[in-house]
Amino acid sequence: MLTDYGYVGLFLIIAILFAVSMPLLPLTLSLLGLVPKKPNPIKTSTYECGVETIGKTWVQFNFRYYFYALLFVVFDILIVFLFPWATKLKQLGAGAFVAVLAFLLILMVGYIYAWMKRVLEWK
Amino acid sequence: MTLIGQFRDWLINFMPEWAAYIVAFLVGVVAIIAFVLVMIIVFIYLERRLIGRFQVRLGPNRCGPEGIFQLIADSIKLLTKEDIVPAKGDFWVHFLAPIVTFAPALMVFAVVPFHKGVVLTDLDVGILYVVAISSISVVGIYMAGWGSNNKYSLIAALRAVAQAISYELPVVMAAVGVILIAGSLSLSKIVEAQTIPFFLLQPLGFFIFLLGSMAEINRSPFDLLEAESEIVTGYNMEYSGMKFGLLYLSEYGHTLAASCIITTLFLGGWQGPLLPPFLWFLIKVLLVFFVFLWVRSTVPRLRVDQLMAFAWKCLLPMALINLLLIGAQVLWFPKALPWGMMVVNFAVAGILILLWSRLFALGGGRVEV
Repeated sequence: MLTDYGYVGLFLIIAILFAVSMPLLPLTLSLLGLVPKKPNPIKTSTYECGVETIGKTWVQFNFRYYFYALLFVVFDILIVFLFPWATKLKQLGAGAFVAVLAFLLILMVGYIYAWMKRVLEWK
Repeated sequence: MTLIGQFRDWLINFMPEWAAYIVAFLVGVVAIIAFVLVMIIVFIYLERRLIGRFQVRLGPNRCGPEGIFQLIADSIKLLTKEDIVPAKGDFWVHFLAPIVTFAPALMVFAVVPFHKGVVLTDLDVGILYVVAISSISVVGIYMAGWGSNNKYSLIAALRAVAQAISYELPVVMAAVGVILIAGSLSLSKIVEAQTIPFFLLQPLGFFIFLLGSMAEINRSPFDLLEAESEIVTGYNMEYSGMKFGLLYLSEYGHTLAASCIITTLFLGGWQGPLLPPFLWFLIKVLLVFFVFLWVRSTVPRLRVDQLMAFAWKCLLPMALINLLLIGAQVLWFPKALPWGMMVVNFAVAGILILLWSRLFALGGGRVEV
């Protein structure tokens, strides 16, 4: 059992090393003179419309994203509880089903309220 | 006992135990990376040629017979291209983004069963692991948009996050339907539980999972984060050279991962008559990929309001209904489950899809959704 998780950890290290090696490959090729490296102000400017961009990029963004994030967190907590419930439902019996149904109904109140308040619409 | 475990036990005869563990693991990892890279090459080739056919043109056919060397030419070009870093961008975020995007795509394959017992680690929490790992790549896409310091890229990155969290819910709920029937989170056990493929038992769950994972891996028609007509190409606009190549690779890596997971959860994995199991697995994966291509070349891109409404108003309620339906069937009608419930579930799926398509005309012209 512990070996399984150890393998996942080792695989993570190898996956990261593999991914890091890909952008480093042109770097080694550039030592051989195969990859050009001639940056200039025009080339490294922001690719937008040709002239200098106006204002900052890292600005405050639409508040609407926040609503979706809030709703997501609520339902994600439901899903975390659903995984063990789904694995052992046959052994747990009808009581567990009714419990999750009640949990779901409470969440549904908020979901339907959000729908009625037109939070789910992108304007 | 997995194949890796048998190999390890055989190796213990020749070397100390810790070395056997490491060597067996390394052999498995090299095999998986080779599989992923070869399949990505096949996918890219097939995509270019088949999309060409769908659009009544030839597709790349100049390099080698039927254009099979086109990808090699492209990768040499990407390798020797100048690596341009935007002057206003955040260098480290810009550099790390492709790595954070690609590594999870590879990590998913640690638990995918390719054959009976051929799996790197048969985790007890297989599905949970897949769901957790595959959603990390969104962080990479957000880093790419943020580090580029480009307004279009940032819009794309925000869209990617909104899309990922919205479609995460229906996808995972459809997967919970599979867990209910199989009674296990381990992917190998789920495959073994499929005496008949699960897409016949819960067609609604399959439909939701297919569409939701298409949105999660940002394929057309859900590819709003690289909508050429609105935001140039979105999050990968400021990338060039091998960093762009890595982003491109991770896109196909996630497509391959999604195809493998759909195959494992709903199409019976490596199970099938006559042909060897690994061949069945490959055939099913390519079939799922063909469906992705088919949808891509048929349906136009959605608007952002349609995209969010589709997740929250169509797929999420449907996934909840599917979940409760399957739960009730598992609990109270376990005898009728293999065949008797198939009719009921197909009827429910048909009725719900018809009902929702009447209620919300998402495909129509200017409809308020």
